[in-house]
Amino acid sequence: MKNKYSIFSLIKNAFSQHENWKQAWGDPEPKREYEAIIIGGGGHGLATAYYLAKKHNMRNIAVLEKGWIGGGNTGRNTTIIRSNYLWDASAGLYDHALKIWENLSQELNYNIMFSQRGVMNLAHNLQDVRDLKRRTHANRLNGIDAVWLNTNQVKEFCPIINTSPDIRYPVLGGTLQRRAGTARHDAVAWGYARGADEMGVDIIQNCEVKGIKRNGDQVEGVETSKGFITTKKIGVVAAGHSSVIANMAGLKLPLESKPLQALVSEPVKPIIDTVVMSNAVHAYVSQSDKGELVIGAGTDAYVSYTQRGSHDVVEGTLKAILELYPIFSRMKMLRQWGGIVDICPDASPIISKTNIKGLYFNCGWGTGGFKATPGSGDLFAHTIANDEPHKLNAAFNLNRFVSGDLVDEHGAAAVAH
Amino acid sequence: MFLINCPYCGERDQSEFSCGGEAHIIRPKQPTELSDDQWAEYLFMRKNIKGVQFERWNHAHGCRKWFNMVRDTSNDKIHAVYKMGEKPPVK
Repeated sequence: MKNKYSIFSLIKNAFSQHENWKQAWGDPEPKREYEAIIIGGGGHGLATAYYLAKKHNMRNIAVLEKGWIGGGNTGRNTTIIRSNYLWDASAGLYDHALKIWENLSQELNYNIMFSQRGVMNLAHNLQDVRDLKRRTHANRLNGIDAVWLNTNQVKEFCPIINTSPDIRYPVLGGTLQRRAGTARHDAVAWGYARGADEMGVDIIQNCEVKGIKRNGDQVEGVETSKGFITTKKIGVVAAGHSSVIANMAGLKLPLESKPLQALVSEPVKPIIDTVVMSNAVHAYVSQSDKGELVIGAGTDAYVSYTQRGSHDVVEGTLKAILELYPIFSRMKMLRQWGGIVDICPDASPIISKTNIKGLYFNCGWGTGGFKATPGSGDLFAHTIANDEPHKLNAAFNLNRFVSGDLVDEHGAAAVAH
Repeated sequence: MFLINCPYCGERDQSEFSCGGEAHIIRPKQPTELSDDQWAEYLFMRKNIKGVQFERWNHAHGCRKWFNMVRDTSNDKIHAVYKMGEKPPVK
């Protein structure tokens, strides 16, 4: 690594007042032709480019980003990472990602601040209890760590939760995945960008894709705000805008794009050292390293590309937060925002070829894509390089909506969607 | 967050309504003769337009009636509201 970050480079640069650090990635003009083009410079897109270069030796590739890298949903999520999904296919996919997360800082030589602080999912009624216990068993059969906690154990693990039996939705227990946790979202994009750039990948920002050129069933290139670029392989990782790109290629996807909201509070001293999610009342909360409470709310129930969302959704979430954590009643919220998430009918992602040769889609991550970033990039790179899926993403093909072989995590997983 | 002019009740807050998704998807007349591809198209594939889109809405916390709406999904501006069975306005 030509520019390795270490304690020695830190000391060395201290002598020059940290003014001589080299740029972590370049700002190239697009070439006329690439072996492959990735549309979307978020975490998933940059990870895809990184693994294409690293594992499949495709170096003549570019990532096109219409804004700045990591400025979309990568910078807008609540950074929760876990793999406690119910179905075998999902468990395989998300645990593949979790295993990569565990060594990602070392691999990228970039501190992504991965913190395995545990994720606890609460149960508020008898059906929640049954569903979550079932999920715990399913997880353990798939080799994923999961334990069931009763109400007292929940209180012991996270003392600020109100476990009184007379609240509207009392805490009847919960599940805990200890290997789960959080990571610094920006650092993930930046680390992958730096790693990909070093292997020769062109990261082209402020470059919007305007059209996809096809010759019959084969893609020939992309029309962009920086001119036409020829390529035989296009990987689309455009999250909420996947349908917009698909329409350019004359393709329809089973997606609906909706705003998902989150908010952060003013920073306070450490008060909650884990991530707590509650599906029934739709609220989840963790604390960032800066001390802000990071709160995830729900999606608006209509298609919208405005990165805002409705007030009633935030209100509902905060009501639930206040009942579960009365200690937060005087907290001030600093920022609120929305990200546009592309939701599949079965709430599982699509990492797939299409019926157009050379056109690949990685989309439909809905409300929970951040956790899968490294695994998604790895498997999508495999799919693009070999023109066929890896066994871990074979179930997440586009054809499942025709065959009916859905991966229905929506109701079954009792996770916040 | 916006106001919706229900064709039966008048202007109300959006939180009173629920969205039924893309409008004018015609239910197949001969379901038994549909291929798997046609079923997938009918059940799952959506235009998901960024821009002017035709949608079905229900005044769930009001008159509980369904109606159609033309809305720009890039800025949530509503261009037209019309009753079920009425002809959609031309763009």
